[in-house]
Amino acid sequence: MRLSDDALSRLRESIRDPDLSGTRYRLVGPVGAGGMGAVFEAVDEPLGRRVALKVVDVPLDGEEAAAALLAEARVLAGLEHPGLVPVHDAGRLADGRAYYAMKLVRGRRLDEALAGSSLPERLRVFLRVCEPVAFAHASGVVHRDLKPPNVMLGSFGEVLVLDWGLARPVAGAADASGTPGFMAPEQAAGRPVDARADVYGLGALLDAILRVPPAPARSKALDAIVGRARATEPGARYAGVPALAADVERLLDGGRVEAYEENVLERVARVVKRHGVAVGLVATYLVVRGLFILLRR
Amino acid sequence: MARFPETRGSLVAAAAAGDAAARSRALGALAEAYWAPVYTYIRFKARRTHEEAADLTQEFFAGLVEKDWLARFDPSKARLRTYFRVLVDGLDANEWKARGRAKRGGGARDLSLDVDAVRAAYEAAAASSQDSPEQAFEREWARSVFSMAVERFRAACARDGREVRFALFAAYDLEGDAAPERPRYEDLALRHGTTAVDVTNQLAAARRDFRRAVLDVLRELTASEAEFRAEARALLGVEPPA
Repeated sequence: MRLSDDALSRLRESIRDPDLSGTRYRLVGPVGAGGMGAVFEAVDEPLGRRVALKVVDVPLDGEEAAAALLAEARVLAGLEHPGLVPVHDAGRLADGRAYYAMKLVRGRRLDEALAGSSLPERLRVFLRVCEPVAFAHASGVVHRDLKPPNVMLGSFGEVLVLDWGLARPVAGAADASGTPGFMAPEQAAGRPVDARADVYGLGALLDAILRVPPAPARSKALDAIVGRARATEPGARYAGVPALAADVERLLDGGRVEAYEENVLERVARVVKRHGVAVGLVATYLVVRGLFILLRR
Repeated sequence: MARFPETRGSLVAAAAAGDAAARSRALGALAEAYWAPVYTYIRFKARRTHEEAADLTQEFFAGLVEKDWLARFDPSKARLRTYFRVLVDGLDANEWKARGRAKRGGGARDLSLDVDAVRAAYEAAAASSQDSPEQAFEREWARSVFSMAVERFRAACARDGREVRFALFAAYDLEGDAAPERPRYEDLALRHGTTAVDVTNQLAAARRDFRRAVLDVLRELTASEAEFRAEARALLGVEPPA
């Protein structure tokens, strides 16, 4: 038999959609795909609220994918932070697939949301990405897959770090999963990683944020921050996310960043820019004072 | 749950290295899965007539046997369908012209294929579709996999005395293109002398069984676990947002 286009599309939907019979949820439709699962919008019927269900996207034999998804749910459930999506529930569906339910976030992915924004706006959003990552590190978890599609800006300005499918304990994670271009070299090589792998990922993320068109002009100090975060050797990077965030904050405030050794002219230019009014007043005072002294002679 | 015959393992491996009878069966099954994708791809890409495309398709499957192309397939480097497309791209059409038209019909007469339906579908799609040849190939490949799975599910239901389950599945998921809306569960229950609750349960079970049939077919059409998983995700998963 030859299936019609309509029948083909109907069949694909039928076996893609999770079987929610026997659960408290009613399916609304697919939202997107993550690293190891598909995300569907559903209604939590008893509470009458919309939720997101992350489901192992392909009903394969074997427990590996299910175990990984449930491990991700447990990691997220153990991290309560405004920059992380809260998990409500986890389990198995009638079709055998593992799932977890979480808050449904409406918003846009980071790079799309930042198109057309100024450099300070981009840096401030970046600092808010650093917060939940630093919190996770303090809780003993490293994300290992930080990239623009995994950060969402919600409708009310919230910044959320998503997709903790590759997250592992800070010490000892060792497999080569990740995203080329955003994955630290030691992670790509399958060596054990620590929080500095996420420092690398955040450096790559910052670089990606700065390239979103129209790309703002980048100072040497900003390039140095990105460079230190993305250093090949973990020991040459910032020691942790707080140190990286602190350097970005210093840059935003017009202070001297640790990652960049400025010369005298650059320091003067930065100080003038940072303290423009005060420097102007002092300069005016000195000129007037000089004239006064000359005239008295 | 409907009982399916044991999965036969990879047809690719059997076609490349099995004994003569197993090899012949495996090649026949591969041809059944890939005849329409290859034919459609050739027509879309090279804009050949039906007869030329059917001949080229036949030559392609002959090459799998005569030139031992399957033995050279390395699943760690590409998916089988990608490998097939590359092989088709490399076909030397002039060489085939010189061979004459002895094999006209594309060998499809030996398979359970409705060549006229494939031809008509291509000609209808070519008039309106914006698909690239690669997209047309993927679509036909998905259609082949699902069609084989439907046949397998139908046979399992018939063998196990679950004709009602298949009839409900067909009415709800297969025949929908004949009507603008899917039938209501209550109407299906009336038509089949059962209850709406039973229809709900039967359809849920049918989808589980059908999903398994699709995976069984996919497992046979792939050469490694990694390829199987990649194809399953491509075919059954949610597309990542663009």
